Amino acid sequence: MSVRLQMLVLDAAALESRVEQLLADGGRMQMAYAWRSAPDAIEVRYLAAPAAGQPFEVWCVRPVDDALPSLATRAPLLGWYEREMQDLHGLSFRGHPEPHPLVIDRSNGMPRAPLVLPEAVDPQAQWLGFGPVRADVMESGQFLFLYIGEAIVHYVPRLFLKHRGMEARFEGLSPTHGCVLAERVSGVGSVAHALAYCQAVEHAAGCEVPRRARQWRVLVAELERIYNHLHYFGALADATTLKVGQAEGRLLEERAKQLAGQLTGQRFMRNVLCPGGLRREMVVPPGWPEHLLALRKEVEGYLAQLERTTSYLDRLITTGVLPREVAFDQGATGPIERASGLDRDLRRDHPYAAYDELTVPVPLAESGDAHARAKVRAAELLASFDLLEILLPRLATGPCRVACEAPPGSFGLGWAETPRGSLYYAVHVGPDGALARVKVKSPSFSNWRAFPFTVHQTNMMDYAINEASFGLTIAGCDR
Amino acid sequence: MPLWTLRGLGQGKATTGWPKDPAAHGQQGTIGMPSVGADRCTEDCHRCADACPTQAITLDTRGHLETLDYGRCVNCQLCVETCPAGTLQPGSEWAFGVRDRVDLQWSLDPDPRPPEVRLASHIERSFRGSLHVRHVDAGSCNGCESELQALNNPFYNLHRLGIFFTASPRAADLLLVTGTVTTGMHEPLLAAWEAMPEPKRVLACGTCAVSGGVCGGTETSGHGLEGVLPVDVWLPGCPPNPAAIIEALLMLLERKPQRIHGGRVHER
Repeated sequence: MSVRLQMLVLDAAALESRVEQLLADGGRMQMAYAWRSAPDAIEVRYLAAPAAGQPFEVWCVRPVDDALPSLATRAPLLGWYEREMQDLHGLSFRGHPEPHPLVIDRSNGMPRAPLVLPEAVDPQAQWLGFGPVRADVMESGQFLFLYIGEAIVHYVPRLFLKHRGMEARFEGLSPTHGCVLAERVSGVGSVAHALAYCQAVEHAAGCEVPRRARQWRVLVAELERIYNHLHYFGALADATTLKVGQAEGRLLEERAKQLAGQLTGQRFMRNVLCPGGLRREMVVPPGWPEHLLALRKEVEGYLAQLERTTSYLDRLITTGVLPREVAFDQGATGPIERASGLDRDLRRDHPYAAYDELTVPVPLAESGDAHARAKVRAAELLASFDLLEILLPRLATGPCRVACEAPPGSFGLGWAETPRGSLYYAVHVGPDGALARVKVKSPSFSNWRAFPFTVHQTNMMDYAINEASFGLTIAGCDR
Repeated sequence: MPLWTLRGLGQGKATTGWPKDPAAHGQQGTIGMPSVGADRCTEDCHRCADACPTQAITLDTRGHLETLDYGRCVNCQLCVETCPAGTLQPGSEWAFGVRDRVDLQWSLDPDPRPPEVRLASHIERSFRGSLHVRHVDAGSCNGCESELQALNNPFYNLHRLGIFFTASPRAADLLLVTGTVTTGMHEPLLAAWEAMPEPKRVLACGTCAVSGGVCGGTETSGHGLEGVLPVDVWLPGCPPNPAAIIEALLMLLERKPQRIHGGRVHER
């Protein structure tokens, strides 16, 4: 395997110029997190993706007096990571444009998500609160609209009410138990989370996973994309009041989940992956590929019918536009950034598992509206079926697991392109061999940051459609 | 629009005949909660208890399996994979809804208490016609929500059973809670409960809501509903599949008997 990443030790004073250089060279920041290497030694690690074709860079920086210069004015997507470090690790970032708490506010007795609202200057404007308990079966999140009539002046999502402290929960667990936990960070991303986590542990251990296991990992990861994207179309049809379209999307999703259950014994395909390969020998049940092919035919017909439905298209086109530069600056990822013209996909750009033996198509769109997001997801959905059809007859024989022991004091980084975008796991193994620190960068954390920019200055009627067109989860964001 | 109607009609009926047709539950091929087989531990191996990420297993002084708490089980199968004696086996049972939390506890020496017999006349009249459910996500991974949303897909078609999700807690008979009850969701959860009219019931859906599961125990995560709300039905599972959720709802309505007593299946 080629070099996956470069580790660099930087001086705090060199950070700002380094970020400017990265951006000038066509690179982008990916995430930042803090960890304690010793009780009195804290370090911040930045993950940078230089221009295409180059390995990731990890910048290790020691804060001076628990403070660092804020990079949020140069790379706005880092704003949330800095605020998270402020809340959870007690660091401060000089010159942060939004220095208030993000994840946890401890000032009111119970540690919970803060509520920070900008002051309304127009006396006609009013705040409308919605949630955290919303109509129907929804994840909990509170949404606040500053509005005049039908017009939304400003929008504030209050997230992190579901903050379970999952990163802290990893600490002290064995790497095997860590995988069980990773599968439960975001349920509908169970495979992707397990995959990124396992790859991080394998990187720390320096072990090579057998080809058969890598192929199976792609198989379950693409099946996860299929049921998630089908869920997305059902939800989008619901938001555009297309009742039969909603029912059909939900039914196709159910078929995909039942196929997942038949293939792996679990509808979310949990209990399949482990550091070193697969938990057990896997077999494709007889007749399963034919069922997948039959599902594909139905999906093709469904997507074609959606694209012929003018009432649906009318409500998507020009709704919730995310301009390319906002998508880049605010850190949008996955189908969201690709619908705004950013050509990035970890499966192609930084191949993992068995993606190096496949050609992964990366569908793009330019308009950045709800329709562009739907078109990108539709093309990805069909591409996932293609990948599975290529992979199934090619599944290698041989072992599906190797011993994988991450040595004390080791560090590993793993990633996966989930149905919602880029996911990173950074894993630090402690002196006792247990997990000392695990950082989870979920795609929804990135996309929730970008989403409000498509809501400000729009109207109430479009909101539900716009939110559905982003396909966000809250569990992954809040952790 | 008319094209969609024709399209839908052309596809025929998608809804399962389950629970009337007992085989059509749609969960073929899935692995249930671990089951305790007829073979008993022969060695002092500790492997299952060491493998369990939620401390659901306790051992006796000989190091043999003594208790298994299904209310803590996240169905990760690690105990099953590590057991050398065949004491713990991959189970076929996934519907673990019970009224009494202790019924989720399997032990070597079962409580001699006979399975509780409840008569149909106990059904409260107010719940007989239909059930309106208010769901609250109190800090889940979204796995339970995914399965709850599936209840309204054409395959399970929950409406056919007279059970509906409702937007307002004021119109709800049942509070269905998922998640560990995080510090952020504690107050909104209680507010939803307060807003519901009497009589009202609570269903703890998923291992997180039952005991905190693998996600409980941090500064903000909570430990599920125990001590937070009076729970009428406990349904562990990670997540419970849609058919298991329907079983639990029908059990609450006393339209189906409780099948799990003392951590064991008792068919009647």
